[in-house]
Amino acid sequence: MRRLSRVTAAAAAGAMLLAGCGGGTEDPADDPVTLQVFAAASLQEPFEELGEQFEAEHEDVTVEFSFAGSSTLVEQILQGAPADVFASADTKNMDKLTEAGLEAADPVDFTTNTLMIAVPAGNPAGVTDLASLTGALNLVVCAPEVPCGAATATVEEAAGLEFAPVSEEQSVTDVLNKVTSGEADAGLVYVTDVAKAGDEVEGIEFPEAQEAVNTYPITTVDDSAEPELGQEFVDLVTAEQGQETLAGYGFGGA
Amino acid sequence: MRTLPRWILLPAGLGALFVVLPLVAMAARVEWGEFGALLTSESSLSALRLSLQTSLTSAAACVLLGVPLALVLARSDARGTGLLRALVLIPLVLPPVVGGIALLYAFGRQGLLGRHLEVLGLQIAFSTTAVVLAQTFVALPFLVLSLEGALRTAGTRYEQAAASLGARPSRVLTHVTLPLVLPALLSGTVLSFARALGEFGATITFAGSLQGTTRTLPLEIYLQRESDPEAAVALSFVLMLVAIAVILLAHRRRVA
Repeated sequence: MRRLSRVTAAAAAGAMLLAGCGGGTEDPADDPVTLQVFAAASLQEPFEELGEQFEAEHEDVTVEFSFAGSSTLVEQILQGAPADVFASADTKNMDKLTEAGLEAADPVDFTTNTLMIAVPAGNPAGVTDLASLTGALNLVVCAPEVPCGAATATVEEAAGLEFAPVSEEQSVTDVLNKVTSGEADAGLVYVTDVAKAGDEVEGIEFPEAQEAVNTYPITTVDDSAEPELGQEFVDLVTAEQGQETLAGYGFGGA
Repeated sequence: MRTLPRWILLPAGLGALFVVLPLVAMAARVEWGEFGALLTSESSLSALRLSLQTSLTSAAACVLLGVPLALVLARSDARGTGLLRALVLIPLVLPPVVGGIALLYAFGRQGLLGRHLEVLGLQIAFSTTAVVLAQTFVALPFLVLSLEGALRTAGTRYEQAAASLGARPSRVLTHVTLPLVLPALLSGTVLSFARALGEFGATITFAGSLQGTTRTLPLEIYLQRESDPEAAVALSFVLMLVAIAVILLAHRRRVA
């Protein structure tokens, strides 16, 4: 036992020594800068792509993303999380930021997203439009408390229908998972979610979706350590390049 | 206490503070003026009712399944007992979400067993049954663990004595073994009830979330955070009080 602990101690010391050496060889002059971007979960794929472009255009800049529900993100920023840029999936959560006076610039609407019916591959329940969702099938939607659920309630009202979902999920991802796993016969998700899910689900458009167009605003956050870089990222997203990337993932123009 | 070095009090105090501070901070955030109104809203009451209902059912299921399991694990020296114990304890270390996914592949519509149940017209996913399954899955190890420990500590002396006097195995079980470990059985049941009450990950993955059917208190708290943080804090505080009551109950039993 004694021998073992001595060996462990030697190994630990060696590791520390190595780590110390590694740190010493780096040049302290060009400090890498990290840009913290807090973005709605639905933006993950296009933003990661834009982040890589941004890193390619800016030497020694690392873009770090925090993808989560917009309300979770805004709550974290209000509690002091170090965000440089905030991109929300709805205006309501952006309003929470501006009400607290934490925006560094006026938020800009940069993209939109609309609802779509998602069904498992093969459409086992034979869903054709919004009205067919009221039949005897396992329908899963977002809870009215979250943005996708509010949009669901709007299209429901616009179509004069009343859904009887088997579950009201916390997030649009949860709805999509229930559809891809085949537990649900249909779910209401965003166009971008259907695009992301690939062959596992089929998307069905419906005209009432235009009644609930979700607008995504973006802004730089007050007290950011990198205000100029943050603004440059916002500019990238709102410029042609960013808009093309977003469109590639099914997002609509602002 | 005399044998302990005095400096140990400092880290011990820090440890206690680390646990207590967040709870105190949460209690400080409760809006007491609206506390009653926040708790008695329809959605809160329905979640509370569903939580108590499912957790009690799950605790009962844990007793039905867990007591025989604990008996076998404690008394059998057959090969494979060790492996069985390891398997039964898996839900204890598994992230609940993973448990939920596993349950989905077993009891979901496309699942190993669920596929056949679906043919019979039985659907477990999105039902209260699914909530109970998820809770029982995560809570069972708590009962098995505390009961098995007590059975081992109690030993087999009294059981052997009863058997030598002519008692049949079933009579030994009900008149000697179970009364001996009754305190552990009670505290194990209380613990599994508490674990079921706090279940979140497996439930949201496997059962879904619908008011009155599958949306238990932890799911309601998580959802209320989106729209009404004050209500979420009030409900969290209630769950905390229940947790404290449960611990006091279980701990007293154990000491006795």
